[in-house]
Amino acid sequence: MKTAVEIAEERADRWGHQLYAGRARAILERAFIALRSSTWVPIVTGFIEPVLYLLAFGYGMGELIGDVDSGRGTVDYAVFIAPGLLATSAMNGAIYDSTWNVFFKLNESKLYKGMLATPLGPLDVALGEITWALLRGLSYAIAFLAITAPLGLVPGVSAILAIPAAVFIAFGFASFGMAITSYFKTYQQMGMINIVLLPMFLFSGSLYPISVYPDWLEFLIQLFPSWHGIELVRDLWFGYWDSGTLLHLGYFCVMIVTGLYFTTRRLRNLFMR
Amino acid sequence: MPESLISARGLTKKYGDFTAVDAIDFDVAKGESFGLLGPNGAGKSTTMRIIAATSQRSSGTISILGRDPEEHGPQIRAHLGVVPQQDNLDGELTVSENLFIYGRYFGLSKKFIQNKIEELLDFAQLQDKRDAKVEALSGGMKRRLTIARALVSEPDILMLDEPTTGLDPQARHILWDRLFRLKETGVTLVITTHFMDEAEQLCDRLVVMDKGKIMAEGSPLELIKQYSTKEVLEVRFGSDRNKEVAPILREMCSRIEELPDRILMYVEDGEALLEAITAKKLHPTTSLVRRSSLEDVFLRLTGRSLIE
Repeated sequence: MKTAVEIAEERADRWGHQLYAGRARAILERAFIALRSSTWVPIVTGFIEPVLYLLAFGYGMGELIGDVDSGRGTVDYAVFIAPGLLATSAMNGAIYDSTWNVFFKLNESKLYKGMLATPLGPLDVALGEITWALLRGLSYAIAFLAITAPLGLVPGVSAILAIPAAVFIAFGFASFGMAITSYFKTYQQMGMINIVLLPMFLFSGSLYPISVYPDWLEFLIQLFPSWHGIELVRDLWFGYWDSGTLLHLGYFCVMIVTGLYFTTRRLRNLFMR
Repeated sequence: MPESLISARGLTKKYGDFTAVDAIDFDVAKGESFGLLGPNGAGKSTTMRIIAATSQRSSGTISILGRDPEEHGPQIRAHLGVVPQQDNLDGELTVSENLFIYGRYFGLSKKFIQNKIEELLDFAQLQDKRDAKVEALSGGMKRRLTIARALVSEPDILMLDEPTTGLDPQARHILWDRLFRLKETGVTLVITTHFMDEAEQLCDRLVVMDKGKIMAEGSPLELIKQYSTKEVLEVRFGSDRNKEVAPILREMCSRIEELPDRILMYVEDGEALLEAITAKKLHPTTSLVRRSSLEDVFLRLTGRSLIE
């Protein structure tokens, strides 16, 4: 049986051993244990929300709207918004976990402080928490696909790729969300996150193509991650692939790396300087 | 000289212009119970964080088990059990889950931790609370759980920052008893406190800190011998008369301290002095003869009380 010291010594000469103990899974394990007793309401809400939107808009409004030009062929309105809602729910789940939950553990329960008093490093904490948010995105995506497929809203087998895409998006949002949250100290600052998020989702093309906007607004929307997320999932949903898809992927790669970098740095400065 | 586990020379920590720890030197020997005694803001907690490799020094040197925390943070933390001033137990988990997951943070195997949990629950006297949520525990229980949690990795050094602050007297005594038992098993304890009785109870040796500096060092007994007299006579004449009588009392012994509510007189024989005062027809409204404590040492060194 290895002792705590032997385990730590094994990594002593590795590059970055101060930041990463190779044990992000311990943080994940904690999340699973906490899940058993935690309240299920926000988790279930996050899953039901896109389904409700789909019913209300896809089948309600959809009757009035008819077909839409998706940019990848003309489709039924419900088919058009389904991938947009999938992307949105993946993002929302990831954001919930990486902002309010992280804020609480950082400032109220001082959980991270306790974790970082052990041989764990800030990157273990960041990766563990973000992976948890990813798993949530993954489960939302699978459930959404399982509901929409029998309704005939899934155009082809390639839509299965929307699942890893949703996870990727969740990764980007979770990583970035945690980075921003780690710099926030008050509830007022946290409230700003909500103020930014709602319009971002409403106007980013989940419910209609952004080509309806004037050029300048269209350009502006294209700067935001939610648009890239929605477009990425929509591309894969329709089995459509071009340089734009790569751009969306690249956008999230940058988001993931930047978020991880700043989260790790901030946690280290907060608890280890 | 026994093996030194912690060794600091000229250890300094600055936050901008403020010097929290000002060039302090100290050593902690293996198996020793070492205390940092001082009022709030003396630099005790900052020193603890530097030892715990969760804060980096500004200058000076420190070695913990022969290693520099700046280079070997994770390895040093693997040797330590940390009990912070504010409990940071995991409120979403039960008592036993708290112990379990903390062991996992150290990378310990599930089997090892499962066995360890039983031992720790016994030690912390929390067997019947094992499935309770942390919120349901009293302050004393929480603190015992935090100590048990710090022991899950079988640390060489246990760091306790103000371990009994905020606990009622009964809970304090239970906690002291637990810490005594730990000491007997050979664990090295590093304790900060601003309670002199706690320092006297728990520490083999301590440093008195004030404003980031070490004012004195020694065992509680040595410190009392060196900086105070055997006994102290406390007399009160009422706040008006204290000032009036003080010059007379000053003549009667080598050292007195005038506090806002009472006068402390440092002597070898308190009863004899009290008789002498009474003989002078100075009748104090209350009087008390007691042995010197670390509180008196602190008063002597800094001119201030520990708890203000």
